[in-house]
Amino acid sequence: MTMPHLKLVQLSRPTREPKRMIELTIDGRAVSVPEGSTILNACQALGIEVPTLCWLETLTPVNVCRVCVVEVEGARVLAPSCSREVEAGMKVKSRSERVDLTRKLVLEMLASSVDLSTSPGMAEMLAEYGAAPERFGECETVAQPVKVDNDLYVRDYAKCVLCYKCVEACGEDHQNTFAIAVAGRGFHAHISTEFAVDLPESACVYCGNCIAVCPTGALMSKREWELREAGQWDESKQTQTDTVCPFCGVGCTLTLHVQEGEIVKATSPLDNDITVGNLCVKGRFGWRHVQNGRTPSAS
Amino acid sequence: MEDTDVILLWGSNARNAHPIWFHHLLKGVRNGARLYVIDPRRTESAQWADVWLGNHVGSDIALSNTMAREIIHAGLHHKDFIANGCSGFDEYAASVESYTLERGETLTGVPAAVIRECAHAYAKADKAMICWTLGITEHHDAADNVLALINLALLTGHVGKWGSGCNPLRGQNNVQGGGDMGAIPNRLPGFQTMLDPAICERFEKHWGVALQPNEGLNLTQMIHAMAHKELTALFVIGENPAQSDADANHVRAALAGLDHLVVQEICMTKTAEMAHVLLPAAASWCESDGTVTNSERRVQRCRKAVDPPAGAKDELWIINEIGKRLGKELNVTDPETVWNEFRTVAPNFAGGMSYARLEEHHGLQWPCPDESHPGATFLHGRLWEQGDARGRAAPFTVVKHEGPVEMPDADFPFLLTTGRHLDAYNTGVQTAGFGSPLFRGETLDMSPEDASVYGIHEGDKVRVTSRRGSLTTIARVDRALRPGLVFMTLHYPDEAMTNVLTIDASDPKSGTAEFKACAVNVTLATSAIPAFR
Amino acid sequence: MDVKLLTAEPTADERAAVDARLGPPSSAWDGGLDRTPRDLHLAYGGKSQRDRRHLLLPALQALQERIGWISEGGFGYVCERLSVPPADAWGVATFYMMLATTPRPKRVLHVCDDIACRIKGAKAACDGLRAHHSPPLAHGVVGGHGDARPGTHVTLNEFHGAWTTSPCLGLCDVAPAALYLEAGKAPVERSLGDVTSDAAMGLLGGGAEPADVLAPAPLGDPTKRVAPHDGTHIGSLGERRLLKRVGVADPTSLASYRAHGGYAALDRAFALGPEGVIKELNDAKLLGRGGAAFPIGRKWEAVRTQPERERYIICNADESEPGTFKDRVLLTGDPFAIVEALTIGAYAAGCSKGYVYIRGEYPLGAERIQGAINQARAAGLLGENVAGRGFAFDIEVRRGAGAYICGEETAIFESIEGKRGEPRNKPPFPVQHGLFDKPTIVNNVETLANVLPILVEGGAAAAKIGTAQSAGTRLFCVSGHVGRPGVYELPMGATLGELMTLAGGVAGTGTLQAILLGGAAGAFVRPDELSLKLTHEDTRAAGVTLGSGVVVAFDSSVDMKDVLLRIAQFFRDESCGQCVPCRVGTVRQQESLVRITTGKPLGGVSGELALLDEIGAAMKDGSICGLGQTAYAAIESAIKRLQLVRA
Repeated sequence: MTMPHLKLVQLSRPTREPKRMIELTIDGRAVSVPEGSTILNACQALGIEVPTLCWLETLTPVNVCRVCVVEVEGARVLAPSCSREVEAGMKVKSRSERVDLTRKLVLEMLASSVDLSTSPGMAEMLAEYGAAPERFGECETVAQPVKVDNDLYVRDYAKCVLCYKCVEACGEDHQNTFAIAVAGRGFHAHISTEFAVDLPESACVYCGNCIAVCPTGALMSKREWELREAGQWDESKQTQTDTVCPFCGVGCTLTLHVQEGEIVKATSPLDNDITVGNLCVKGRFGWRHVQNGRTPSAS
Repeated sequence: MEDTDVILLWGSNARNAHPIWFHHLLKGVRNGARLYVIDPRRTESAQWADVWLGNHVGSDIALSNTMAREIIHAGLHHKDFIANGCSGFDEYAASVESYTLERGETLTGVPAAVIRECAHAYAKADKAMICWTLGITEHHDAADNVLALINLALLTGHVGKWGSGCNPLRGQNNVQGGGDMGAIPNRLPGFQTMLDPAICERFEKHWGVALQPNEGLNLTQMIHAMAHKELTALFVIGENPAQSDADANHVRAALAGLDHLVVQEICMTKTAEMAHVLLPAAASWCESDGTVTNSERRVQRCRKAVDPPAGAKDELWIINEIGKRLGKELNVTDPETVWNEFRTVAPNFAGGMSYARLEEHHGLQWPCPDESHPGATFLHGRLWEQGDARGRAAPFTVVKHEGPVEMPDADFPFLLTTGRHLDAYNTGVQTAGFGSPLFRGETLDMSPEDASVYGIHEGDKVRVTSRRGSLTTIARVDRALRPGLVFMTLHYPDEAMTNVLTIDASDPKSGTAEFKACAVNVTLATSAIPAFR
Repeated sequence: MDVKLLTAEPTADERAAVDARLGPPSSAWDGGLDRTPRDLHLAYGGKSQRDRRHLLLPALQALQERIGWISEGGFGYVCERLSVPPADAWGVATFYMMLATTPRPKRVLHVCDDIACRIKGAKAACDGLRAHHSPPLAHGVVGGHGDARPGTHVTLNEFHGAWTTSPCLGLCDVAPAALYLEAGKAPVERSLGDVTSDAAMGLLGGGAEPADVLAPAPLGDPTKRVAPHDGTHIGSLGERRLLKRVGVADPTSLASYRAHGGYAALDRAFALGPEGVIKELNDAKLLGRGGAAFPIGRKWEAVRTQPERERYIICNADESEPGTFKDRVLLTGDPFAIVEALTIGAYAAGCSKGYVYIRGEYPLGAERIQGAINQARAAGLLGENVAGRGFAFDIEVRRGAGAYICGEETAIFESIEGKRGEPRNKPPFPVQHGLFDKPTIVNNVETLANVLPILVEGGAAAAKIGTAQSAGTRLFCVSGHVGRPGVYELPMGATLGELMTLAGGVAGTGTLQAILLGGAAGAFVRPDELSLKLTHEDTRAAGVTLGSGVVVAFDSSVDMKDVLLRIAQFFRDESCGQCVPCRVGTVRQQESLVRITTGKPLGGVSGELALLDEIGAAMKDGSICGLGQTAYAAIESAIKRLQLVRA
């Protein structure tokens, strides 16, 4: 029996049509990137370093921090490179007087209002742009007490730059739990649960996917926070080993961060197809059973 | 999953039990897939559904057969696919003929029009998936439940192509890998049968030992055999049957009656406490190297990140030592050698999965016969081929609605079903001590209507009794449940051993027990009576 | 979705308020109290539920209007009804200043202390209230930085009202102004003028509910060119095109509207066809009147030619620029014109749904526009078959809830979609990805009002009015120290001096100190610049802007530094908080101005001015939207054009 129309059924993964390539110049250098790429992608293709804070490859760009701004010829204002799509013939300057001034001011504004002491790479960024936050004098900050309301993680919003990453990870981009959101507005905008309830009263499911994307250490696992408070956190003494989570059949890659024989943190790689950097409460925190004074003894 | 058009999530609370997989499901939903969740409880997963079909516990075959009849009568079955790739259609079609929409509504409780809507949406979809978990398999007719769903997929041609298919979500991280490697009673590594003399001979030659050419006992059968003293010695590796198996009183009696019980374990479990010999072991997922296979047949590397505590030994070391004591030098030196041997004996299955390739690709999905093979993202594409390429036709299987073995009656008016909490795993051996703020321990969850009728309030201590045992626990009111249906987990056996209640009726084909349905009575407990220990 | 609610239950009143807005629950899973046998086996949800998200703001407003604040129980009920996660909804509830998430009395008076009111007695009224009544309700959101969970059981005296300060209420012509809100089953919303602290205290102490200062007054004589139709003065130089019916036709009657030439333009549009309509607008050289001055014909054409068939048209009636009230006058005085113009836009661009997004502080405007829509629908001029022409179009009114930023065209989309009014980055532009991600036209009220005379007169004829580059007439909102504060229609090209004269000249001390042109995002001009022609090209050349047509006159008695501080305060209060340059920049700018005005500049005044300039540059260049981009404009002009602060 022949069934010619059976052949019409699409069996394999549809191959996407190759994207049109867009040509543009950045800092006078020509580059060609697939349609739909951002200016940031194009900069990365050229090896041009662009600072970012609120951008992460696994999250929808929100373009709020504005440290990645670049100058697009003919545009009235600077463009956020993380979200602005390339256009044919675009002429971009990744550095210019205007770009550097805005980046410097943005960094100064953040550093003058937020505790950036646990933000990786921040000191270097401030130096690169000659940012001098002290020139604002005594000014309003977001200083506030740290929130310790559960055994798994700590929220220190005095360190929050309002990059929206945690909200995105908790929300539609990944976890879809929506336990936190940006509340209030203006300088008083802040990350909050409903009615500012403690996390245990909120919808939080403790997946810790917010911690995983926080760029400033405002969100931190309780263990890391305790070790830091005790002055014992030492990344130079840590190893990172990828293994597979022992719970359920999904097979999430767990990166175990081990300091002096103790698991101190679990993460997952952003480029992992299964997790996209995410874990659940069991994966991120359920490792304690292997070191909870477990002493099996032969009877 | 992310590219599909219709998803039937059937007997699965993946939002809690498979949270990261659920992320992918939600990507599909956000991309426009229509989600039907079939579950007696309106679970967290069901709350995401476009339509929740709250069927009666154990009415899955009735629902599936009703959908099938509707699909056939509406002419929505994939006639060409069936003609090309399937067998037994006529018999199947005849078998579902009595499952009219009206009868389906009676058997399942789901309104006929909704069954019809679901059937039509599934059949008409360009790409559609059925995903299930223990809500399908923890029944006395588990295999028939699965076959009923497979029938639907065959009927509509939703198999063997991208974005479609049947997706059973494995409950445990390496239950698939255990089967892959032959740690099941009826298969050799790579799911090769020991009933085929040629295959047996190949393994005998390779291993240099004679194999028994018959299938072994599954867990339920073993427990029966122990009870009947046909099985007198048991080696348990990383399992806690004293708490994890249905009708726990019965199981513990069987274990206690063994002549010799060896338990290899990472923690002191209730089963380990009963052992004559306890072998403290390294936690395989972080204290030793190897591979695990996940639900999508992806073989991935797991790696040693920390040293095991003093005294705990690597599993391979233990196996070597047991071999020595039994008079055989196994010389199992390292996990990669073991893996490569597996590749040698199951070349069509895993021949192409070297450690180097597993590293490079973040794991590969079997079958992966050679080193140029990318791994198989889905199976059964052959059913769309013709001639030799098609291979054996996929059979429809006639299955009948039976319902649970034990139904509520005047003495035991509630049906107890079981499931999982997000932050707990199995009997809680690994998850009891990590300080989860979500931890709420065991509760007897019941509908607000029943709570009101029986004068039970949230937080009251209640006694739950089945024909097999009794326990006390705390009542919790949950709108996910309907009157007559109550719910417990199996996570907290030290607080409330739910398995003293469950029934050991098990599926003859798979050996799975009917954890999902037994009849119980619930009363207010006036004083604390210790649960079975 | 798996929404987890707090445990508080709604009261019967809260349920009733929400159900009145959303309709009764469709099942127990939709908030219904009793579970039917069907509910036990079936629930619909998913996309159909997620698609109701846009009703979030109206549902929260329903609670606010009925109860006076949003309690945990009522809030939870809204979340349950719409399946919106509570934290997400909390983000929305705390974004809008007219929504209260802590207990409030039923009566709350919002007293405007913005620039036009504060120079006309608002400061004194507020000081009086502070001294003799109570401190104002706190601005900003409880639960802000480091705040604990707010209390939920505050005892309230039902009869004792509270007050709060407000940004511009769009009542500058009757300054000092206030908005009186009384929650209840039949909520009372009144615009008040000439507010004093004594009058305010009388109201808050339980006095009789006040009359609306804009309430319908007898229609005036059009020949007098000043018609106190809603309490304001209107006037013009030359023929009235936009104000033609204001104060003349009955704004509550479709028949009266028709009798005064209403719906002639729609007939003309049908005769011209969609492309013909757009051609007329192009011929008329009509530019948007919202501030950006974008050619309206091009906008409509861009939407008309989109492949996506689901398209929207929005009337931006969120007029909130301090000093602006012209849209209010059109909304209250000629609401059918907005309905007709939206219908023409929908016909020309192929939109099937329109929205009027009107600021929450305009109760009469909302009532009038809703009335006009209802009458038009009843007359077959909206609905499935508009005017029997086989095209379907309807309009929904959405009220803002106290957020200046929602006048930004993409923030409107977010607000209508039930989200925080956070502007989107552009591109992509609304004509491609607008409301609900569909092609969308957003036009300001005055812009839409222009469409009607253009179609009647013909585009070429309309283009002859005004100057070559600035065609047509323009509405100006004149307030502050002038003889007759009000709305004036002038052909573009008339001078600022002519406008001042029309408005009765300088009042107060009689000596002009400065004029704020264009609003808080505009610029100051000096008394020696009255010959400035009010056109796009002339203002641009002078380094100022027409903005939203604001003209606030300050006499010699005004403390201009106080005005500047209020402008700075306005921007920091109204910044949505999304992007760093605006969120922090508006605060740093205000702090700098405070240091300057209190005589404690860092690094001397010149150092401080240099710092301000850098902050301003970063805000202008780095902010997402126009709010941040213009937050330094007026202050910069005060420093550079008025030389108000000297190094």
